[in-house]
Amino acid sequence: MASSMTPDLSTLEPILERYGPQGRTRLIPALLEAQKIYGHLPETVVEAIGQALRVPLAEIYGVMEFYTMLYQEPTGRTMVRVCTSPPCAQKGGRAALQAICEHLGVAPGETTADGAYTVEEVPCLGLCDHAPAALVGETPVAQVDPGDPACWIEAPQETPLGLVGGSHRWLTARCGVIEPTDVEAYQSHGGFAGLRRALLEMEPAQVVEEVTASGLVGRGGAAFPTGLKWKFTAAAQAAARYVVCNGDESEPGTFKDRVLMEGDPLAVLEGMTIAGYAIGADKGYIYIRGEYPRAQRIIAQAIEQAREAGFLGRGILGTDFNFEVEVRSGVGAYICGEETALFESIEGKRGYPRLKPPYPTTHGLFGKPTSINNVETLCAATWILAHGAQAYRQAGTEDSPGAKMFCLSGDVAHPGVYEVPFGTRLGDLIEMAGGVAGELQAVLLGGAAGAFAGRDQLDVPLSFEGLKDAGLPLGSGVVMVFNQERDLRRTLLSLAEFFAHESCGKCFPCQLGTRRQLEIVEKVAAGEVAEVELEALRDVQYTMTNASICGLGMTAGSAIGSALERWPDIFRNGR
Amino acid sequence: MAETIELTIDGKKVSVQPGTTILQAAQQVGVEIPTLCYFEHITANGLCRLCVVETAGVRGLQAACVAQASPGAVVHTRSPAVDRARRTILEMLASTVDLSETPQVQALMADYGARPERFNGAQPRRPPLIDDNPVYIRDYGKCVLCWRCVQVCADDAQYAYAIDFGGRGFQTRIATAFDKPLTETTCVFCGQCVGVCPTGALKAKREYLLEQGVSPEEVFGLTRLQGKGKRSRRGPRPEVS
Repeated sequence: MASSMTPDLSTLEPILERYGPQGRTRLIPALLEAQKIYGHLPETVVEAIGQALRVPLAEIYGVMEFYTMLYQEPTGRTMVRVCTSPPCAQKGGRAALQAICEHLGVAPGETTADGAYTVEEVPCLGLCDHAPAALVGETPVAQVDPGDPACWIEAPQETPLGLVGGSHRWLTARCGVIEPTDVEAYQSHGGFAGLRRALLEMEPAQVVEEVTASGLVGRGGAAFPTGLKWKFTAAAQAAARYVVCNGDESEPGTFKDRVLMEGDPLAVLEGMTIAGYAIGADKGYIYIRGEYPRAQRIIAQAIEQAREAGFLGRGILGTDFNFEVEVRSGVGAYICGEETALFESIEGKRGYPRLKPPYPTTHGLFGKPTSINNVETLCAATWILAHGAQAYRQAGTEDSPGAKMFCLSGDVAHPGVYEVPFGTRLGDLIEMAGGVAGELQAVLLGGAAGAFAGRDQLDVPLSFEGLKDAGLPLGSGVVMVFNQERDLRRTLLSLAEFFAHESCGKCFPCQLGTRRQLEIVEKVAAGEVAEVELEALRDVQYTMTNASICGLGMTAGSAIGSALERWPDIFRNGR
Repeated sequence: MAETIELTIDGKKVSVQPGTTILQAAQQVGVEIPTLCYFEHITANGLCRLCVVETAGVRGLQAACVAQASPGAVVHTRSPAVDRARRTILEMLASTVDLSETPQVQALMADYGARPERFNGAQPRRPPLIDDNPVYIRDYGKCVLCWRCVQVCADDAQYAYAIDFGGRGFQTRIATAFDKPLTETTCVFCGQCVGVCPTGALKAKREYLLEQGVSPEEVFGLTRLQGKGKRSRRGPRPEVS
C-alpha cells in the first residue's frame, strides 16, 4: 500500500506551483488536493506543502488535527459516511451503520483490509429529509437499507433533491423545476432580474436601502438585519472588501441551504454579486461544508456558466462592476459555520472563533471589511431586488416580514423543505408536511442549538416575536418532530455527543462544559443520574450560555436545558 | 488627546483612556479580578473566562481581560451570576487537570466554594509525562490550555513555531508537528514557554529532577550532553553507577 512507500512528490508539484504564491489561504485546498492524490496526508507531502506555502509544520499539523476530514492514516478508496444524528437515528441510521460494518468486517473509523472502504459515523449529512442517509464517496444516498448494505455501497444511487413545498415558493420557485446550472432556463424563470435592476438602475446605496426596507434579517440563526450589515461593511474604510456566503450548514436537522445550492445555485451567486455591488467588493467566497460535495460541484459549475454568460467576471452587464466567486470547502468542523471561525478556515487555520468586537463588517476575512451572509439570506436578497421590498413585506408579519424556509424532519409524513410566510402556526406547518407520523411528543425547533416545544405549543406562530413570547428560538428553521414512541433521552444524548465532538476547545466553558454535559447526559440515558448531577448540569449550561466566546458554546446547552426545564421527569426516569 | 472614559467598577468611579480593558481599569482602583490564562506580555485571548464580569444592561458575562471599558458602564466583578460561572469553571477545570502546582487556582476554589466532586466520574486529562530533551519536561496532565507557550513560541516572542495544537474540544492538547520529540522540531530551547507556564506543566528538567530526589551531581550528568557546551558550565562530573 501507498503508506509503506515514500510518496512520489512529482504529482504534487503542479499543485504547489499553483498554490504556493498565494500562501497560507491555500493550505486547506492544497491539503485536500494532496489527500485526493495520496489517499491521506503523509508527512513528506505535508512538509512539501509547508515549504511551498510557507506555513510552519506544527501549525499545519494543528490544522490537520482540527478537521475531521483530513486524514493522517491511509483511508479506503471509498469513504462510507453514515449519518446517526437524531433524524437519521430515528429512521434506522444506527442499524445501517452496524449493517455496513458487519458487511465489511470493520468497526466505525476502520478501513477494510483490501483498502476499498473506510466506514465512518458522522454527526449530520444535511440529508435529514432522506433519512437514514449516507455519503458514499461523493454520492449522497437516501434511505439506506440496513438489510442490503452491499447494494448502496457498491452501486450508490444518488438521492434526488428532496421534497420542496410550502405556500410561498419564492426562493424555492426554481428548485427541482429547472436544470440548476442552465443560465438560460434560470433567466426565463425570472433569474438575474434582481442583478439587472441593481446594476443598471440603482446606486449601491440604493440597493442597501432596498434590502433594509424589506426588513430582511439573517437566516443562518442570528437574525441580524441584512441591510444594516451591508451598510456597515460599505461604510468601513479599506482597500478591499469581501462578500462571504456561509454555506457551512451543519446544524443537525438543517438542509435548506443544500436545497438552494443544489436546486438554484445561480440565485445564490446572483445574491452574492448583488451584495458585492452594494458593499463595493469585487471578490466573494462561498464556503460549503465538506459533507456537501454535490452542492460544491453544482455551485462550481454554476460559476463557470455564469462567467461564460457574463454574469460574473469583468464588466458585468456592460457596467464597470467586476465580481468573482471562489468556492471553498469545509473539512468537517461544525464550528466553521460560526462566521469568524469560517474566516480562519479560509485563511488556512484551525477553526477558532475570534473575539468580537471587532466585528466582520470592519475586520472580517483577511482582516478586511466583510459581509458574511447565509445562503438563504442571499437568495432572499436576490428575490427582493427582483420583486421589490414592498412585495417582500406582503408576506409575513409586521416585525417578521417575508417568508422562511423550514426544514421538517423526523416523525412527519413528508419530510422536506417548506417555504411559508412568517407567522404560520407551528401546527399548520406540520400539517403541511402531512402531519405527525404517530402521536406527537415533542418538536425540536432551531436545531441542536435550539429548544424543545411541547404538544401544547402547536399554536405558536412561527415569527420572531411569536417565538420569543413562547420562549422558543427560530434558529435556522429546523422543525424536528418526535412521536410518543421515541425515547427523548436517546436524542438528548445524541445532541450532547454532537456538541462534545464539535466544540473547538478554545474557551474553557465550552471545551470543558460540552464534555461534562455529555457525561451527565450519558448517566441520564442510562437512567442513573443523581439530583446533584442535574444541578451541576444546570450550572454547566448556565456557564456555557453566559461565558463562552461564541455562539456554539452559548447554545450548546440550550436544547438539553430546555428539555430539563420542561420535562425534568424524563431526566430522572425516562418519562 | 483622546477623551477619557468614565465607568463604575464595584461602586468605584474610574476614568481611563479609550482602549483600556475592564481588567486594567479595575486594577487602577484596586479591584482584583481573578485570571488564569491572561499574561500581561502576551496577546490576550479571553480563554479561561475566570475574569468574567457582569455589566448592567449587557447580555451574558464579559471577559475583563479583553472587554474594553465603555463610557458609563456599571461593572460588577462579584455577583451571583459571576460567582456561579467562575465556580463552575473552577470545578470543571479541577475535575480535568492536575492543579497541584497551581496554588492560585486552589485559593480561588476555596474562595468560590468550588466542589469538583460534583462531577463524579468525570474524565480527566492525564497524558503521560514527556521527557524527550535535556532542557525541560512536558507534563500535560497539568496543562490548562492557556495557550501561553504556543504564543511565545510563535508570533508573541520567539518565532520558532515548534509547538501548536493537536486534537480539538476537550481533547485539545499542545503538540509538536506529528507529535515528534522536541529535539526533532524547530524548538530552539529558549525556555520562554517554561517561563510563562502557570501550572508547572512545563518545567526545567533540572528542577524536575531535583524534585524527584535526584542529587545535584546526577542532575548535571542527566541534563548535559557529555563533552558538549562550555567547560565552565559543565558542572561537576557525575558519578553515575
